[in-house]
Amino acid sequence: MSRRALRALPAVVLAMLLAGGWELYVDLAGVEPALLPAPHDVASSLWNSGDLLLRNFRVTAEEVLLGLALALVVGFALAVAIHLSPLFRRAFYPLAVGSQALPIPVIGVLLVFWWGFGILPKLAVIALICFFPVVVTTVDGLAAVDPDQLKLLRTLDASRWQAFRLAELPAALPAALSGARIAIAVGVIGAFIAETTTPTSGPYPGLGREIITDVNFQMPRAYAGTVVLFGFAIACFYALSLAERKLAPWTTRPRGELH
Amino acid sequence: MSTQVKHRGQAPSPEPATRDAVLARALTRTYRDARGAAVQALADVSLRVGRGEVLAVVGPSGCGKTTLLELICGLQTPDGGTITSAPAVLMPQRDLLLPWLSAAENAALALRVAGHSRAEARARASALFADLGLEGFEGARPEELSGGMRQRVAFLRTLLAGKPVLCLDEPFGALDAITRGEMQEWLSLTLTREARTVVLVTHDVEEAIMLADRVAVLSPRPGRVIEELEVNLPRPRARTDGEVSSLRERALRALGGAARA
Repeated sequence: MSRRALRALPAVVLAMLLAGGWELYVDLAGVEPALLPAPHDVASSLWNSGDLLLRNFRVTAEEVLLGLALALVVGFALAVAIHLSPLFRRAFYPLAVGSQALPIPVIGVLLVFWWGFGILPKLAVIALICFFPVVVTTVDGLAAVDPDQLKLLRTLDASRWQAFRLAELPAALPAALSGARIAIAVGVIGAFIAETTTPTSGPYPGLGREIITDVNFQMPRAYAGTVVLFGFAIACFYALSLAERKLAPWTTRPRGELH
Repeated sequence: MSTQVKHRGQAPSPEPATRDAVLARALTRTYRDARGAAVQALADVSLRVGRGEVLAVVGPSGCGKTTLLELICGLQTPDGGTITSAPAVLMPQRDLLLPWLSAAENAALALRVAGHSRAEARARASALFADLGLEGFEGARPEELSGGMRQRVAFLRTLLAGKPVLCLDEPFGALDAITRGEMQEWLSLTLTREARTVVLVTHDVEEAIMLADRVAVLSPRPGRVIEELEVNLPRPRARTDGEVSSLRERALRALGGAARA
């Protein structure tokens, strides 16, 4: 077995144990399938509705990835502005915190009114949910630059912009990527919220919308869709960890563990 | 054209600034510490450093040595007195290499800042790596280098800034005794090839005498110059040389006397 597969083993074993316990619970307690389907029902639904789930998943995946990209760009720009301007920090930071308490349905109708039934309202919702961790971690990353380092750059005649580009920006990169890893984890549920609050035209409205429909009529498929979202969030998180290692190799971790 | 930079707009010095690279007169400097208390770092410091001269500044910890270097480099302005200096570059106590740049790129930082291309900057720095015993480590990241190697890269970065005055703040303080000895020999050799004006701050009296043309002894805080020693000895100098020992005794006596006062 390869080393990477070996590292995934504990997670796989734990997931199988949990699924086993779940299966036993449903069988022994005689739980209604409409309430909690057994894992084997979920698995067969995943298999039988694979095509439907996959097409909806593509829609959701596109929303999540584009929404996260938007959140990264906006979050990073806001973090830089906060770092450079104390006035902007004082004006904006409280609002950014407050924005995280915003119940999305409150603005859902407005977003649809502005941008219709396409992907744009979803991106706005996901970006709104995801930008915050990026801002917080990046601001801290920018502030953590050694002041002596900036002093040194000054004696080398570096301009403010050069000091920013040579010292602060690279120092903030790993922090921003850490923020992105937190963001992607909430971004998937963000897509669910986006799809269920802003309607979509077209045959495949995304996994979130599909799950909400299935909850009422096809509980095993709702669970099957949830399993897909689960896997997607995990895959995205580790893809970002890998990206961080490639983009910021100087932040080595003990034993090269991804987490 | 004059290369003199004046850090404080006071009356210009009466004589033309020709032979002196650094001229400080009656400098005072007080700063606030983390708790907001006023700390007087320097009280009435006057000194001059001639062009091409190596001046060592020794004194007990916290006597304002680092403040003096930052004043020379224009990173701080004095509260009183005047300081004029040719353009100066600081080599801080810690190497402060940027972890995301290779050794050669760190050494070439000043060239990058001056607008040279990445490739050109790296090439010019790499050309000097062999002289410093760093050959083969051009592409290494700082974390892969030993403490002594990191200091050499930091020194190269200081040299490549192309400024006439080098301000070295305890450049070997963090190194073990053996590496420190090697680095002192190496610095002494480099300075015979690259004639620069050097202000070397150290708390190691022996290091000062081994490397400098002149040693200024500062009192405990607030620092003032309490003794100046000329070191008229040929290089390379031996630690065991009788002249070195007697100069060391004089410097230590001055430091001890100031501590008792």
